[in-house]
Amino acid sequence: MNKLDLDWKPLALVPLLALLVLPFIGSPSTWLTLTVAGLAMGMIIFIIASGLTLVFGLMDVLNFGHGVFIALGAFVATSVLGSMADYTGSASLLQNLLAVLPAMVIAMLVAAGVGLAFERFIVRPVYGNHLKQILITMGGMIIGEELIKVIWGPLQIPLPLPEGMRGALLFGDAAIEKYRLIAVVVGVLVFGLLLWTLTRTKLGLLIRAGVQDREMVESLGYRIHVLFIGVFVAGSALAGLGGVMWGLYQQSVIPQMGAQVNVLIFIVLIIGGLGSTTGALIGALLVGLMANYTGFLVPKAALFSNIALMMAILLWRPQGVYALSK
Amino acid sequence: MSDNLLALEGVHTHIGAYHILHGVDLQVPRGQLTMLLGRNGAGKTTTLRTIMGLWKASRGRITLNGQDITAAPTPQIAGRGVAYVPENMGIFADLTVRENMLLAARSARTAAQIDEQRLKWIFSLFPAVEKFWNHPAGKLSGGQKQMLAVSRAIVEPRELLIIDEPSKGLAPAIINNMIEAFGELKRSGVTILLVEQNFNFAKRLGDTVAVMDNGQVVHAGGMKELAENEELQHSLLGLAI
Repeated sequence: MNKLDLDWKPLALVPLLALLVLPFIGSPSTWLTLTVAGLAMGMIIFIIASGLTLVFGLMDVLNFGHGVFIALGAFVATSVLGSMADYTGSASLLQNLLAVLPAMVIAMLVAAGVGLAFERFIVRPVYGNHLKQILITMGGMIIGEELIKVIWGPLQIPLPLPEGMRGALLFGDAAIEKYRLIAVVVGVLVFGLLLWTLTRTKLGLLIRAGVQDREMVESLGYRIHVLFIGVFVAGSALAGLGGVMWGLYQQSVIPQMGAQVNVLIFIVLIIGGLGSTTGALIGALLVGLMANYTGFLVPKAALFSNIALMMAILLWRPQGVYALSK
Repeated sequence: MSDNLLALEGVHTHIGAYHILHGVDLQVPRGQLTMLLGRNGAGKTTTLRTIMGLWKASRGRITLNGQDITAAPTPQIAGRGVAYVPENMGIFADLTVRENMLLAARSARTAAQIDEQRLKWIFSLFPAVEKFWNHPAGKLSGGQKQMLAVSRAIVEPRELLIIDEPSKGLAPAIINNMIEAFGELKRSGVTILLVEQNFNFAKRLGDTVAVMDNGQVVHAGGMKELAENEELQHSLLGLAI
């Protein structure tokens, strides 16, 4: 995008929301704690949602089964981290990372492998039919959940934070949990990598072009289906990574966690504009902040707040904050 | 090898329940500019899309350089040296002009790897492409978008250019510019199949012509012959143009 043509208004929404609630919260330290918590939650949701937005934008596929990759990633993490108790029990952050990083990589690989099969056997037969896509991908997620129960059992499994990632850092009166800072850093890294790939590489150029006009990309000589499989698999891997992050954020995992997060993801995608990565980031940050602010200010409205946020955004921009040219 | 680069024999195309092409026979001679004329709904765009594999022929045969491409997927047809400019121009509005050109240059990974000499030649044909190189393509005017669409099609040497109604909605000055550019392209030796409704545009450029009606080619021959034969023009103009 040309710098002069950058649509800055959606970018201003996140700081605007944060500043607007400051007088209602009153205490700056509480506000800072809630804001970092909201940003961390938003970053994790972004990691999960970023692949899905490209899948929809590129192939017009509504994948309601995306949640299964989140749950899968989280459950794989319980197994990997459970087998590395020496590393997770250490107070050294470096040792903790030596356990968490392999857990993330393995979770991503498993989610990517299952994503490949999911695309081949569940999504591919229903290209071009949204109703069938919704039904069959939801069915796929139910089957995935049941398979998770077969492997890991139906009960909640604890996923405690490694020792060195627990606790909080104090900034004046504000307590910022270490893990939330880690989540923000991982989210920024993923966003940076995605943005670099999409804007600085020919592969990214093809993905952005494919989101706008698949037929023309094929007419230029590129096999869009191969590109789509790659994006689907990468999106599944990112959901697996997001599942690890979300599981550690909640410190427990249940087989239904994917379905629970699915609702948030679709709110994020609709707010951001289907197919837009930057839109997904803004949507995720807004959802994360809104959940934390309303959870503190009006707990009874917390469940409703993100739906209200989505409605407000759609009244302003019916196609989401960054609608793509199709 | 035949003098025809592209040939369609008895091509039928169905779109859903609709039978659009009813046995199209069309020859595109190598190194010439063939005009495909016809009224709205005659089947011109469907013919181009069927050649590109975007819609599959239900019957008949399409050959390129003597090789059957009837069932070939679109990327494979493009890979054999066919460039296509659709009626809506197919510009990626959210990408810059440079990025649009880079996508079409399949052998280049960065804009710097695009053949510099060829790029200079394209800039001489369409100066707007150079002027707006780093601008979002969606911000260009209709004429500039058309220039970008054609430039993108020729950013690397191609054997056949297929262009759908390049003069549609353009101002007369831009149309003159396009005619000059297509004339230059012809002189470069590339084969062109061009759909057009503007007969004045067509007769200034075409070497051969095919006129379509009701999903069939109802007349094929030299453009000069049609341009000079008022009676033939009258019968076809009334029918098709």
